[in-house]
Amino acid sequence: MRASIGLSFRLAWRNIWRQKRRTWLTALAMIFSNMLLVFMIALQLGSYDMMIENSLRIFSGQMQIQHEGYHESQKMRLAVDDISLLAAEIRTQFPAAKVAARAFAFALVSSEGRSFAMQIAGVEPEQEAGISTLPGLLESGRYLAGSDAAEMVIGSIAARNLGVATGDELTFLGTGKDGSFAAAVVTVVGVFDSGATELDRGLAEIPLAYFQDVFSMGGSGHVVAVSVPDLRRVPAMLKSLQGVAGSKNSLLVLDWDVLMPGLKQAIQADMTSAWFMYAVLIVLVAFSVLNTQLMSVLERTREFGVIMALGIMPRQLALLVLLETFLMALLGLLLGVLLGGLVASYFSHAGFAYPGMEELTDKFNLPSVMYPKVSLVSLLMGPVVVFVFCLLAAIYPSLKLYSLRPVAAMRAV
Amino acid sequence: MAAISCVDLCKYYQQGDAVIKGLDHVSLEIEQGSFVCLSGPSGSGKTTLLNAIGGLDKLDSGKISIDGERVDQLGKAALADLRLHSIGFVFQAYNLIPVLSARENVEFVMQVQGVSASERKQRAFRILAEVGLQGMEDRRPAQLSGGQQQRVAVARAIVSQPKLVLADEPTANLDSASLEKLMARFRELNKLHRITFLIATHDERVMSWAERRIGMEDGRVIHDALQAPV
Repeated sequence: MRASIGLSFRLAWRNIWRQKRRTWLTALAMIFSNMLLVFMIALQLGSYDMMIENSLRIFSGQMQIQHEGYHESQKMRLAVDDISLLAAEIRTQFPAAKVAARAFAFALVSSEGRSFAMQIAGVEPEQEAGISTLPGLLESGRYLAGSDAAEMVIGSIAARNLGVATGDELTFLGTGKDGSFAAAVVTVVGVFDSGATELDRGLAEIPLAYFQDVFSMGGSGHVVAVSVPDLRRVPAMLKSLQGVAGSKNSLLVLDWDVLMPGLKQAIQADMTSAWFMYAVLIVLVAFSVLNTQLMSVLERTREFGVIMALGIMPRQLALLVLLETFLMALLGLLLGVLLGGLVASYFSHAGFAYPGMEELTDKFNLPSVMYPKVSLVSLLMGPVVVFVFCLLAAIYPSLKLYSLRPVAAMRAV
Repeated sequence: MAAISCVDLCKYYQQGDAVIKGLDHVSLEIEQGSFVCLSGPSGSGKTTLLNAIGGLDKLDSGKISIDGERVDQLGKAALADLRLHSIGFVFQAYNLIPVLSARENVEFVMQVQGVSASERKQRAFRILAEVGLQGMEDRRPAQLSGGQQQRVAVARAIVSQPKLVLADEPTANLDSASLEKLMARFRELNKLHRITFLIATHDERVMSWAERRIGMEDGRVIHDALQAPV
């Protein structure tokens, strides 16, 4: 054990196969749990991607160019000049990206009998569908058509609260960028139902040019929303946009992480609760290993006594037991990752759905199947934790060897 | 200087209300290069004495020295080191590692001693041939007879040519021819390398090879005499 690793490995490997059935049962517990963990984590990561994608697709986009300080204070005067030109420039430079300019203001929106404070968004109707799913989520009417028409789409809850439907008129009252009085009468041309209460209750969209006119914005706006086809390309695109924004005064590029901190927190909370469930599985496997190795040590007491009599230290025997556990856990890890990877890969292509999922996802305009995300993280995160816990579980049986006395051990049956 | 010095060794076991005397005030000295047999009936204290000298068992009182080093005062690590490098054990039961082949069992101790793989292999093959196990090197203990297993255990004990060999009934499962061959090998190692042999046995044929015979009964030395070996 001191000089040659070869014989130690051979000894450890042969030792674990002394009780084939017991070793296989323990290894199968590891393989099954690793397989399950790989699939569950891949599914979880896939669903997070879907959740992020769909949350960002509803309205915000993956990235936004804003004036410094706008994200924190939402002040109208912190505007981006010539925002449509900037959006067009980005569209030209990055043809694969979807780009839409927007402006925002808070206003009191009134129907005949009721008034509510809402956020009014000025949008480019022809570009908005590339960034946001709202144009496709209309429960009645149509989306905005002209760039300077006096028309509005509002959320389903706001429509109910205001008591209006498609074709009705609304008046909104706010403050322009220059502090002037901003007011207009618009026709409701569509009502959207995104499933996101906050949007359905508090957001109304009007054409950007009309917004700029009513709110005295000139050519300015507040946000250029940008999305790329694949979420993994966001960091690279972010850098490119920083290059573009850096050439203008006081502009910032923010990604979804900053724009929607709640989304990340929701994912972290979900991950934490999932890990509680995984922890139960991992602890059960660890106890199975503890049981196996404890039995294995106890039934070899006599043999360990002889080995100690030959001059081997308990520390070296403990290392042997740890090595045996290492090999068994490695077997569980390799086979578990392999099988779990195959299952996850299959579903990452075929998609995974469970009964009742379709109804739920339809309601929120989400895909009806989930696609597990096969990556190094999903393949290894769970199995490596199982592996470490299995090694930790072998510490107690290993420590028992320190209390052995050669003569007493050699008398053991 | 004596290879082994035992002074007033006492070891008692409690069995219910009765106290069993494993060693009862045993004192003896064994010179370096001696070939000594411990004889006596079962329970006379032969194995207890061997275990005490080998540092496998703690004494209730008394002093044991090997080459002037107080064995009874050594810590666990030092005792393990002493057993690894200076003492070869042959146990009453064969006590081989069941998952290792005959050769690997013989190599095991050498490996821990840090002997190179090629030398280990060479020495293991040679010693197994000497104890009559040529061609059986790759057999596991379960594939060997009791006598063959005992010969592997002997080979394991002497392959590193320790200063002292403590053997507890080493020939218990050997036929006469193998016994003679093994004892001749012990004697040869004893003569050539001045390895001290202390052999506990019931067998008169083994005792006849010894140059000194120590008789034990009820944990005491009752007879200690030199004799002319075979």
